[in-house]
Amino acid sequence: MRTESRIYLGVGSFFLLILIVYFLWSKESTGSVLLLASAGLGILPGLYMGWWSRRMRPRLEDVEVVEPLDISGVVGTFPENTIFPFTLGIGAWLTGLAFVFGVWFAVIGMGFVLGAAVAATVESKRASLAEPANRPAPGGDGRLRDR
Amino acid sequence: MTRMARAARAASVVAAGLVLASCKIPSFGAYHGNTVQGNSTYHLWQGFFIASVFVGGITFLLLGFALVRFRRRGDAIPKQVHGNTKLEVFYTVVPVLIVAVLFVFTVRVENKVDAVSNHPNLRVDVTAFQWGWKFYYPDYKVTTITQGVGAYPTLELPVGETATFRLVSNDVVHGFYLPQFDFSRYALPGVTNYFDFTPQRTASFTGRCSQLCGLYHAEMLFSVHVVTPAQFARWISNHQESQVTK
Amino acid sequence: MTSLLSTEKTGSQVEESHPPGGFYRWITSVDHKVIGKNYMYTALTFMFIAGAMALLIRTQLFNPNGHVVGQQTYNELFTIHGSMMLYLFAGPFAFGGFANYIVPLQIGAPDMAFPRLNNLSYWLFLTGGSTMLLGFFTASGAAAFGWVAYAPLSSNPYSPGPGPDLWIVSIALVGFSGIFTGVNLVTTIFYLRAPGLTMFRMPLFTWSMLVTGILILVAFPVLTAALVMLYADRHFGAHFFSVQGGGVPVMWQNLFWFFGHPEVYILALPFFGIISEVVPVFARKPIFGYRGMVFATLAIAGLSTGVWAHHMFTTGTVLLPFFSALSLLIAVPTGIKVFTWIATIWGGQIRFGVPMLFAMGFIPAFVMGGITGVMLASPPIDFYTHDTYFVVAHFHQVLIATTIFAGFAGIYYWYPKITGRMLSERIGRWNFWITYLGFWVTFMPQYLLGLRGMPRRIAVYSATDGFTFLNRVSTVGAYVMAIGMALFLVNVVRSWRRPVAAEDNPWDGATLEWATSSPPPTHNFHSLPPIRSARPVWDANHPEHSDAAPVIAGGDESAH
Repeated sequence: MRTESRIYLGVGSFFLLILIVYFLWSKESTGSVLLLASAGLGILPGLYMGWWSRRMRPRLEDVEVVEPLDISGVVGTFPENTIFPFTLGIGAWLTGLAFVFGVWFAVIGMGFVLGAAVAATVESKRASLAEPANRPAPGGDGRLRDR
Repeated sequence: MTRMARAARAASVVAAGLVLASCKIPSFGAYHGNTVQGNSTYHLWQGFFIASVFVGGITFLLLGFALVRFRRRGDAIPKQVHGNTKLEVFYTVVPVLIVAVLFVFTVRVENKVDAVSNHPNLRVDVTAFQWGWKFYYPDYKVTTITQGVGAYPTLELPVGETATFRLVSNDVVHGFYLPQFDFSRYALPGVTNYFDFTPQRTASFTGRCSQLCGLYHAEMLFSVHVVTPAQFARWISNHQESQVTK
Repeated sequence: MTSLLSTEKTGSQVEESHPPGGFYRWITSVDHKVIGKNYMYTALTFMFIAGAMALLIRTQLFNPNGHVVGQQTYNELFTIHGSMMLYLFAGPFAFGGFANYIVPLQIGAPDMAFPRLNNLSYWLFLTGGSTMLLGFFTASGAAAFGWVAYAPLSSNPYSPGPGPDLWIVSIALVGFSGIFTGVNLVTTIFYLRAPGLTMFRMPLFTWSMLVTGILILVAFPVLTAALVMLYADRHFGAHFFSVQGGGVPVMWQNLFWFFGHPEVYILALPFFGIISEVVPVFARKPIFGYRGMVFATLAIAGLSTGVWAHHMFTTGTVLLPFFSALSLLIAVPTGIKVFTWIATIWGGQIRFGVPMLFAMGFIPAFVMGGITGVMLASPPIDFYTHDTYFVVAHFHQVLIATTIFAGFAGIYYWYPKITGRMLSERIGRWNFWITYLGFWVTFMPQYLLGLRGMPRRIAVYSATDGFTFLNRVSTVGAYVMAIGMALFLVNVVRSWRRPVAAEDNPWDGATLEWATSSPPPTHNFHSLPPIRSARPVWDANHPEHSDAAPVIAGGDESAH
């Protein structure tokens, strides 16, 4: 986690640096706002990850030498087939076309989008609860990987 | 401090030498830049081209040598080299130095090209529109303008005199592009751009719109004539008369 | 309907379900390999369509005052050619196709972190991409304002009709698809690496894709915001970009290029990553200076957001020295990469398989485009060559070097892994050499055309301009290139009709994707080799030349 945090912080700080130089030199607003947003985009997750990396055991993927004992068990739960991303995509597309061909497209499109969103949530919830490895452990941090 | 000053002096001597020598250096396909401003762009181009040939040449030679020398000669596994910090620092620092030098020359030429005279000999107001140009000489109240596709306007300039241009656009973004002056500048709606030309030799060529501006972008041309001051005076008076009689 | 499947770290899958077959399986699968393949097919299809448009454009320019197409159609053609190549081919091919397929394999993960989101990205990409082509079937034609859509030309009084709106919707959908894929990539790389695969043991392709993912997250939202503003200008009279309403036209250029320049590196970095995979494997050496490469990649990411206005030098509204300095500086990390590749083959045993041929062809082509890029970073030279064929030649050399030469290096390299079949080496060589010849013949004359004053995006030129000969050479080159590209299709069809089975690791690859079968099983790995260095498969296959430090039994205390 520490490296990940440093990548974000490094990129974000660099944006902050060029933001300061750029703003003081040019006083141009569009680019300065965009650079500020980008700097935040780097620094915020960087700080979050850095905060966590100090409060948790190193994850196995951050450990240099891993024992065979550590690497057995369930990696996670991954779905194989579901129709709802397709439905959602078609809905989003029809809604997009509404911006060109008129609002009636959005009526159909939003129907698809809402239906798919609800159905996908239900499906995902039901399926993941059916998976013994994926039941939330008492006091667990909710992470997928079971250790 | 003195060391830096000495280095700066040495650099400027080298630069001056390069500029003098560059008259004999080939043009590498570019126009010579028929203005004082454009000519310094042209010399900068020559400098960049030579630096490029140098850097590119070394890269291609190294690559070519490696490809021939280290092609497969058997099934032995070569020495597994993971890096060499000194070499890596070397090929980081050298490019930094090269671009630093290029940057110094760039800024000097850029300041020259962008300088606007306080006391120009001539003023020209250029207005771009879909799909044509209007050239207005405020000192003489003379206008030339595109009359339709194929009826291109003329930009007449006296040789050796500094003209300040004022460039605006009436509608969309256009590009005021004079290839033989080694220069172009956007004509932006809502923005007024100023720049100077000091033409060096008499010439005639075609100016163009460089930025896509709609259907007839390709035909948004104008003629540029760099003439002697006497010819320019005659041209002005001819136009003043014809515009008065209208 | 849905089946969820657990994967054991050590391998054997707990419950192998029976997925539905045929068409239904194709649209419902959330396997990253299926989605990755879909992305590749779709992006390559868009590439061939846009390539056909390029041939039409070149044909129009073969003669002065060409009459192959009208001026309006010509403007539509180069707009859609550019938009398709950049938004629908180069980017999605890399981060939707290659990254989707290869990254989970390289980090030993069973799938992407958000498989359903991944599937949604693909459908947004397919529908959005097709929407762009719909413009040609409307009465007033497709968008005709160039792929950069400079306002106010792209705004309502100058570009009315549904074509431009379709373009906006299309780019917005594809943009969302890109953002989702970016999120997915970064999360996958941060959270789903195999045990022992620390950040500094990741393959360089995965590193490139991580940085690409971060850049996507920086750049694409800006584009989406700009598109919303443009749409509001067109239909709701918002006047963001119109002077009459108090707007600022240059703001479009600022917003667009704040997206557009990182976008250039979003297109280039994945392909640099491919080269960094192919070169060491075919030279049978590790990459020279792994950490240097990682930091160069990060430096490119940082600098790329500080150089957007080098596309706007001639507007007279930007801070020239600032953007010029940063643009020149970005040549340094790029140069480091080139020198690293050369240092990697130095002292190696180079095997010239087709992937290596493309990779080695990539380097000179890219260096040529890079050098002219340094020239363009100098504002005075840019004043001279801006919006001329010099720029056209420059970015075509950079983009074709990366997306075509490095991209085909990747296709030939991973095709055995993806399909379980080998492509013909013989046809592959012809594919490379003919395309490569055509490439140089097409674009070198364009530099000269630019210096002689030919602006880009012009449908006609006059016989007295002196552009005719060079344009003809360039057009002939374009057709040669097209023949070379067609040979790729021949090669693919051949591998499909007369398959030659591929081994699991035909090139003696070093990274984890070569540790599984070709093609990989549903959740990628039945077992993973121990990961003790950046080249776990190499370590397993060549223990006497292993990168890994010997392990003392009991191991590192930090592991517990």
